[in-house]
Amino acid sequence: MGMRKVAIVGAGITKFVRRAQETGKELSWQASKMALESCDLTLDDIDMVTLGTAPDAFDGVHMKGEYLADGAGGIGKPYMRHFVGGGTGVFSPIHGWFHVASGMADICLVVAEEKMSTCHPHPAGAFLTIFDHTTEQPLMPTLIWIFALEMNRYMQTYGISKADIAQVSVKNKRNAMDHPSAQVAEKITVEDVLNSETLCWPVNRLDISPASDGAAAIVLASERVARRLTDKPVWIDGIGHSIDTAYWATRDLAYPRYVETAARMAYDMAGIKEPDKEIHIAEPYDPFDYKELHHMEGLMLCPRGKAAQLTADGVTARDGNMPICPSGGALGVGNPIAATGLMKIIEIFLQLRGEAGKRQVPGDPRCGLAQAGVDLMQMGTVVVMRS
Amino acid sequence: MKLEDFELGGTHLKSSDFKQGKVLTTEWEPNLKYAWDNGVAIGRYLAELKAGRIIARICHKCDRIMLPPRMFCELCFRPTDEWMYVKDTGVINTFSIAKVNWDASRRGPKEPPLLPAVIEIDGASEGMGIMHMLGEVNPKDLKIGMKVKAVWKKPEDRTGSITDILYFKPVTAKRKTKTKAAPKAGGKR
Repeated sequence: MGMRKVAIVGAGITKFVRRAQETGKELSWQASKMALESCDLTLDDIDMVTLGTAPDAFDGVHMKGEYLADGAGGIGKPYMRHFVGGGTGVFSPIHGWFHVASGMADICLVVAEEKMSTCHPHPAGAFLTIFDHTTEQPLMPTLIWIFALEMNRYMQTYGISKADIAQVSVKNKRNAMDHPSAQVAEKITVEDVLNSETLCWPVNRLDISPASDGAAAIVLASERVARRLTDKPVWIDGIGHSIDTAYWATRDLAYPRYVETAARMAYDMAGIKEPDKEIHIAEPYDPFDYKELHHMEGLMLCPRGKAAQLTADGVTARDGNMPICPSGGALGVGNPIAATGLMKIIEIFLQLRGEAGKRQVPGDPRCGLAQAGVDLMQMGTVVVMRS
Repeated sequence: MKLEDFELGGTHLKSSDFKQGKVLTTEWEPNLKYAWDNGVAIGRYLAELKAGRIIARICHKCDRIMLPPRMFCELCFRPTDEWMYVKDTGVINTFSIAKVNWDASRRGPKEPPLLPAVIEIDGASEGMGIMHMLGEVNPKDLKIGMKVKAVWKKPEDRTGSITDILYFKPVTAKRKTKTKAAPKAGGKR
């Protein structure tokens, strides 16, 4: 399509923690500095900077993009913040891709940051204002409602049980034990999930990812520059993003069409015709355990309603045929919203380079995918990567 | 590169760090107030709710009878064509039994759970649901697909709000069960 090839050449990340001593600016600096060091660059080499971060209400800082610019290395450079809700972290590399693919930049630093702990008593309160102010907010909804409502509809439509879904939480929290950034990695059982506090049936506490602080960063380069910088560039071969209406209660809650639309765009661009065979490894967004299954189906990695069975059969385990969330995902590593999406991109980057350490999936994966999204069950962002 | 070869940033704070005064914080409690204009479509929707009716808007191009009503069709991207009253009955598309308030605080042991639901309203296009609450039902008896009907506030108590409908209750209970009125949603902001 007349665009330049774009590669990821470096990555950085902080630990994900419930409450960080560092400010958002300091976390951004830590991740950015590590990303630059990982590919032997300095800020002088960076042409443009993009930054992803979710609602200003978490931080109580309006113009959060500008506030974080210092930590993201944006001073004196073309710099812009992007925000597409829960999809932000996987939109981050897409935003950077625009800059490099278009020829406007040869090297772009992409940073994603979230500090949710600032909002008291709990960042969940900040989500009240994502609901329609006139037709929904007077009912005082919490974010968990919309997930609980969707999960119930998903279970009913395909005859899936809470225990089927809980396996995802068990798998991801266990995978996260090998991730150095992990916040809530642990060995748990399906019973532990089912016996954890019921928050909004059918959602229990261990079905949900935690609130987190953290940051992540990557360096994107054009083909010519990437080949000079590294022997192991990981190419961004497909990008897709798509939004559905905010009238969320008017659509099929059992199937995430917002993900399918974004995935089709990314697959077309990457020349992928049979995603279930051509994608070797995937990091779909898993803020709730059922969401990993839901998103696998929207990504067309399996037929509708079948993702739970694949999980039960071990297909999605780290050593299975289609490893899903080998990082540990939002459920295990933690969920600093924008940084989570970029953490998933970094995991695929490392896996395709064979540098994921104890988390490395067997079989020399060559093609991977990361996806984020949601908001009012409407935003999808997808990136397809190849080594 | 391997993540394991780097010393990762991010210092985890514990509640004891605050109790022991090891870290300092600066606090601000905003006192912001907003007055959201209801607009043309939702303005009429609310006025009709005050009168005890639910009104939808039709797009003749895609033939959808839309709830909540809107003055333009987001799919056809053209003006919608006319108003149409729909029923105050519907079907439960999905529901939850919520023990958590909007700010993540827990409902007290004596407070009944909140019962949010998506309700597909009879007379609107298939799948056109709204979020509302359920009441006068034992949560254990709730099922997707149940027929429900709006329970309205008394006319003199209505203010032109989505809460002029108190909740939806099942219309054909299979057996008599001990029922409780729906708890008031939310709590104070």
